[in-house]
Amino acid sequence: MYQQTVAELARGLRDKQFSSVELTRHFSARIAELNPQLNAFITVDEAAALAAAVAADQRIAAGDAGPLTGIPIAHKDIFCTRGMRTSCGSKMLDNFIPPYDATVVARLNGAGAVTLGKTNLDEFAMGSSNENSFYGAVRNPWNADAVPGGSSGGSAAAVAARMAPAATGTDTGGSIRQPAAFCGITGLKPTYGRVSRLGMVAYASSLDQGGPMAHTAEDCALLLNAMAGHDPLDSTSSATATEDYTAGLSNPLQGLRIGLPREYFGDGLDAATGDCVQAALREFEAQGAELVEISLPNSALTIPAYYIIAPAEASTNLSRFDGVRYGHRCEQPGDLHDLYTRTREEGFGAEVKRRILVGTYALSAGYYDAYYKKAQQARRLIRDDFLAAFEQVDVIAGPTTPGPAFKLGAKTDDPVAMYLEDVYTLAANLAGLPGMSVPAGLVNGLPVGLQLIGRHFAEAQLLNVAHRFQCATDWHTRTPAQGGDA
Amino acid sequence: MQWETVIGLEVHLQLATRSKIFSGSATTFGAEPNTQASAVDLAMPGMLPVLNEQAVHFAVMFGLGIDAEIGMRSVFDRKNYFYPDLPKGYQISQFADPIVGRGQFEIQLEDGSSKQIGITRAHLEEDAGKSLHEDFHGMSGIDLNRAGTPLLEIVSEPDIRNAAEAVAYLKALHSLVTYLGISDGNMAEGSMRCDINISLRPQGQQEYGTRAEIKNVNSFRFVEKAIRHEFERQADILESGGRVVQETRLYDAERDETRPMRSKEVANDYRYFPEPDLLPVVIDEAYVQQVRDSLPELPAAKRHRFMEAYQLSAYDASVLSDSLALADFYEQVVGVCGDAKIAANWVQVELLGQLNRNELDISDSPVSASALGQLISRILDNSISGKIAKQVFEAMWQGEGSADDIIAARGLKQVSDTGALEAMVDEVIANNAAQVEQFLAADDAKRKKLVGFFVGQVMKASRGQANPKMVNQLLAEKLK
Repeated sequence: MYQQTVAELARGLRDKQFSSVELTRHFSARIAELNPQLNAFITVDEAAALAAAVAADQRIAAGDAGPLTGIPIAHKDIFCTRGMRTSCGSKMLDNFIPPYDATVVARLNGAGAVTLGKTNLDEFAMGSSNENSFYGAVRNPWNADAVPGGSSGGSAAAVAARMAPAATGTDTGGSIRQPAAFCGITGLKPTYGRVSRLGMVAYASSLDQGGPMAHTAEDCALLLNAMAGHDPLDSTSSATATEDYTAGLSNPLQGLRIGLPREYFGDGLDAATGDCVQAALREFEAQGAELVEISLPNSALTIPAYYIIAPAEASTNLSRFDGVRYGHRCEQPGDLHDLYTRTREEGFGAEVKRRILVGTYALSAGYYDAYYKKAQQARRLIRDDFLAAFEQVDVIAGPTTPGPAFKLGAKTDDPVAMYLEDVYTLAANLAGLPGMSVPAGLVNGLPVGLQLIGRHFAEAQLLNVAHRFQCATDWHTRTPAQGGDA
Repeated sequence: MQWETVIGLEVHLQLATRSKIFSGSATTFGAEPNTQASAVDLAMPGMLPVLNEQAVHFAVMFGLGIDAEIGMRSVFDRKNYFYPDLPKGYQISQFADPIVGRGQFEIQLEDGSSKQIGITRAHLEEDAGKSLHEDFHGMSGIDLNRAGTPLLEIVSEPDIRNAAEAVAYLKALHSLVTYLGISDGNMAEGSMRCDINISLRPQGQQEYGTRAEIKNVNSFRFVEKAIRHEFERQADILESGGRVVQETRLYDAERDETRPMRSKEVANDYRYFPEPDLLPVVIDEAYVQQVRDSLPELPAAKRHRFMEAYQLSAYDASVLSDSLALADFYEQVVGVCGDAKIAANWVQVELLGQLNRNELDISDSPVSASALGQLISRILDNSISGKIAKQVFEAMWQGEGSADDIIAARGLKQVSDTGALEAMVDEVIANNAAQVEQFLAADDAKRKKLVGFFVGQVMKASRGQANPKMVNQLLAEKLK
């Protein structure tokens, strides 16, 4: 059963081939078997999952089931889950049990999805390798010595290793797409504002966006149908109407103009990874799409702009973790200053502290204009590049990452090398555009991803392009040899 | 050296919205600690602010009330600092693009003159909670009921020159915002809190001196005292050749002094930047017009109307239009009795006198406007004299009933019966032969003085109920 997609499992449930309780037990057993090696889950609550499965089975029996009713899924441990610990991969929130559900969780619960547990991540979603977790690194199911990518590394590894058929993730600079690429699954970062951020613990508020991670574009569409939509409690969530994201999946690609940014195919792109992307592009051509070389001239500004804006927002988003109301508090604080400094010194990991420091510096009096303001100007230029490109083309394609997953520990001492991992994914966040990663090949036994970037609110089109690709290829069906053994 | 004081005021006005500015929690004053604090107010992880439209509406009302530029696109910013009663570690405020821009309004001074005070800006922000340092065994308690209460911070230009002007400004502001109904203006409950920026310069000098900021002064009286105190402190420093340090000071009402705040209480770099969790507030001309159309008559307009329609002096008009409740009360009294002048006198002298002595607000007056109007009507129809009316008012204040009830019960109705009055006048003349002789011997000028004695005697005999006008007439006839 674990090999099936969400769409297939939904058919099985509807046809009474198995129950949601059986499915939930099945995936829970997979987690119990594989998680000790992969460390993809931080928290699992089988009892709660089974209770939800029983309710789902009743809905199915009553004929009140939607496509996600009874489907077990996992949530990145940055989405608040009522009554279930939400740690954000941090010691700071190791003891935090939210009294509320994130809107994404509430919507998926409402659709009848069954929460298996909470997946590992880089602390507060800050990282590209899932090595920055208080709960330890996650391993790549394709090669236990490789990273799964980050920050949604736990979700990517869980889906790739078939511990869950789908999972939620969040993407601030590539945190859905990069781990999806590294783990050989399909991930969608929707347009900024498409999915509510309420209850999704903030890293960088103007960039964060939740999205689905699954095996196929079709499954991502099924999840997005439940996740997307305006939330009156998130002022930045969009009132733009949603649509049935599965409706246009099979539309032909004849005449589709695919833009290839010159800047995404230059130095720094691993040759074999580039070959996989080229092979994918040939497939699109074969289906009648037109490839158009384009330029995003301000691409070089992407990394510097992101690494000012994201830490700046993070530095103040994380101020609330002060040991006063919830979360970690140091022992026996001597006074207020001691409470603050020791609580935060003990509660946060190194990368989080680094970004808080960088962000605080960037916003400081005398530096604001040189850093934050400049970065916002760069952000506008980057966005304008995309808007201009979308006058010429319908979607933009390129590699998701410069190469396949790297080895654990390979970049932990070099934060800048780590930041370069996100070179192709950051721009979509800065411009607020939807982006996807689709499995497009294997390099040395490790998956690589094709990235698709669309116009604002063009999720349906991206999913259509990805689905047509997946109809013609089988990269998304490849399974790591055995859970996590290389 | 003659020093000129230069004062600018920052007023934090609590807006009378039912719920908080960024959450649905109630804003009622005096609730049990932390019973009005939601997950948003507690800054629980993942919680997001949602702007209360009513707060924007109130801010625009204020802006129109002071004839200000309205920020058609205003932006919320984060003001970052750590304090336990600031749950997010930042306050959501407005920095570069406030909702209300430059405006001005007129204040009335006690000498009857008026003055224009410029308003630099007014912006929306959220209040912090409260830290409670007692009763926690060396620890501090945090009450977040107030956290997220909407505030309008109103910043004046440095146009104020002394304590009296500062108080007049605050009173005018108080009057305006209560007229608009955007705040209860209750200073004791912290609905209007004031920071005072004050500097001195030699009389005639153009540039400003170095200022000190006095934080959180919470009554008209303390504002006056704090300014007087701070003037003396700065004058002493300057006259002894010293320099005023730019700093934040605290007014200690108990010791009547200002002193520097501990450096820990003063954050230096707030790292303001646009709040990414909120969109810019964009309003259009139609919205502004709609708010404009809904504005009530404002204090200045009412003052002028009172002067014209009721022929009141500038001073009387200003006192009676000071609060909407008082102005409404006054107009009701006029409506009942029909005489604006006498009504103005009674409201100001008798009613306000009693209210002040008893520290009561007009809304708590035991004598209603219509009851007072009826009492005045009894003066106007000669049922009672003004003097008796004061007795009746006293009884009404004590809750003894309506003017008519009291007049009847106490038999206070004025004696206007010519026969009865004539008898009394005759008796007084008969009993005071010496005074009569003296009166008849006197010239006209002297007689005018002496007649008062006879009037007094008649009034006494009638226990004050004789109609004084008729008594005068009768005496004039009989003492020829």
